[in-house]
Amino acid sequence: MDWKWDFTFDVVLPRMWEAAGVTVYATFAAFLIAIVLGLVLMLLKSYGPKFVQYPVTEFIEFIRATPLLVQIFFLFFVLPDINITLPPVTTGILALGIYNSVLCAEVYRAGIQAVPRGQWEAATALNLSTYRTFRDIIIPQSLPPIVPALGNYLIAIFKETPLLSFVAVAEIMQISKLIGSEYYRFTEAVTIAGIFFLVMSLVAAAMVRVVENYVKRSILH
Amino acid sequence: MSDVKIRFDDVVKRYGPLVVLDHLNFQVADGEIVSIIGPSGSGKTTVLRVLMTLEEIQDGVIYVAGEPLNKMESGGRLVPASKAHVRRLRSRIGMVFQNFNLFPHMTALQNCIESPVYTNGLSKEEAIKASMELLDMVGLADKRDHYPSQLSGGQQQRVAIARTLAMRPEILLFDEPTSALDPEMVGEVLNVIRQLATAHSYTMLMVTHQMGFAREVSDRVCFFDKGKIVEQNVPAELFDRPQNERLQKFLSSVKEAH
Repeated sequence: MDWKWDFTFDVVLPRMWEAAGVTVYATFAAFLIAIVLGLVLMLLKSYGPKFVQYPVTEFIEFIRATPLLVQIFFLFFVLPDINITLPPVTTGILALGIYNSVLCAEVYRAGIQAVPRGQWEAATALNLSTYRTFRDIIIPQSLPPIVPALGNYLIAIFKETPLLSFVAVAEIMQISKLIGSEYYRFTEAVTIAGIFFLVMSLVAAAMVRVVENYVKRSILH
Repeated sequence: MSDVKIRFDDVVKRYGPLVVLDHLNFQVADGEIVSIIGPSGSGKTTVLRVLMTLEEIQDGVIYVAGEPLNKMESGGRLVPASKAHVRRLRSRIGMVFQNFNLFPHMTALQNCIESPVYTNGLSKEEAIKASMELLDMVGLADKRDHYPSQLSGGQQQRVAIARTLAMRPEILLFDEPTSALDPEMVGEVLNVIRQLATAHSYTMLMVTHQMGFAREVSDRVCFFDKGKIVEQNVPAELFDRPQNERLQKFLSSVKEAH
C-alpha cells in the first residue's frame, strides 16, 4: 500500500479538520431540529385536535416512506423554485432534522406509553391539570427510555451527514472526495474520514451512556 | 334532601356489549360510610372509577353534593360537563388505589404536596406543614424523604392515603386498599382507615374483601352483583341475616376461604 505521511499531514488533515467542524455543526443543528420538531409532531398527532391529527399522521408516514437522500435532493432543488434560497448546509440540516424528527416523535410516543396507566389515574384523582400531569408526572417518568433512544438518533444523524456531500456541503466526506480528485490520491483522505467517524461515534456513544445513567439514577432512584 | 352526598341516577356503564353498571340507582348520605362487596366483575370497582371520572358513563347522571358531575346545567337543561366543571367537582373527591399509584420519582412528602401546591394553590410552606401533619397521622413522618421504592407496601399505601387527604376532599373512595398487600401489612393500613372512619366526618365509599373490617366500620354494606345492588343493609343484618340467595352463596364461599 502506498501511504504518504507528509501528504496526510500537510494536505489532508488541515482541510479535513475544517470539514470536521461542518460535520459536527450539521449533526447538532439537525439533532436540535429533530428533537424539538419531533416533540411537536408527537403532541399534535396524539393530543392535537382531530383536524390536525390526520395531516400530521400523513406527513409522518410520508417522511418515513421516502429515502433521506431523495428528501435532501428535493429540498435542495425545489426550495429555490419557490424562492427560498438557503445555503446548501442549511438545506441539508433541514432535511436531516425533518427526517429524524418523525423518528423522534415515535420515541416520545413509546416513552409516554410506557408510563403505567395508574400514574395517569392518580394524577386525575389528585385533580392535577393536564399541563401539571405531563410536566411533573408523565414526562419525568418517560425520560429513562427516551434519553438513550434519542442518543442513538444523535449518532445516526452523525453517520448520515455524508449524504450531504451529494449537494456539495463541505463536510468531511465531500472534502475527502475533493482532495482525492484534486491529487488523484484517495487512500489517505478516505481513510482519515473513516477514522474520524469511528472515533467520533465511539466518543458519542460513551457520552450517551453517561447521560443515560445520570437520568436513570436521578429519576428512578 | 340536602344531606345526600353522592347520588347515582339510573347510571349505565358499558364496555362494548358488556354491561358493567346496569341502570344503577344508589345514594350515599353526607358522612356515611358505605362498603361495597361482591364477586369480581360485579361492577363494584367501576362505581368508584366513574365517580372519580376515570371512566365515562353511557347513560344516567351522577350527582356529587347535589351537583351533576358528568353533566352541567345550562339554560335549565343538562348538557355534557365541561372540563372546568368536572375539575371543580372532582376536587371534592379523593381516591386510594389498590396498587397505591404513588409517583415513583417523588419522595413521600413530594407526593403529598404536589396537588395542594398546583391544584389548591397553597404555598409550598403551607402544603409541607399540612402534609407533614398527615404523614405524622399515618405514622410515617420520619419517611418524608423516602422514595416509594424504599417503602414497604403498607407504608406506600399509608403515604397514598396521606396524599389523598392532603387535597382536602370531602368524599374518600377506597378501591380494595389492602388487596395488593402482604398479609402482615393489612393491619397497619386498616388502622389508618379505621381512624378516618371514626374520628373524621368524611363520606367514605369502600370496595373491600375484608368482610370483618367492612362490618366493623361501615354504616351500610351494599352487595353488588351483575352491575346492580342486590341487597343493602346495616352490616349486622346483611352479614347475619342475608336475604338474597346470591349473597348467601357469596358470604359462605368467602367464609370457606378464611
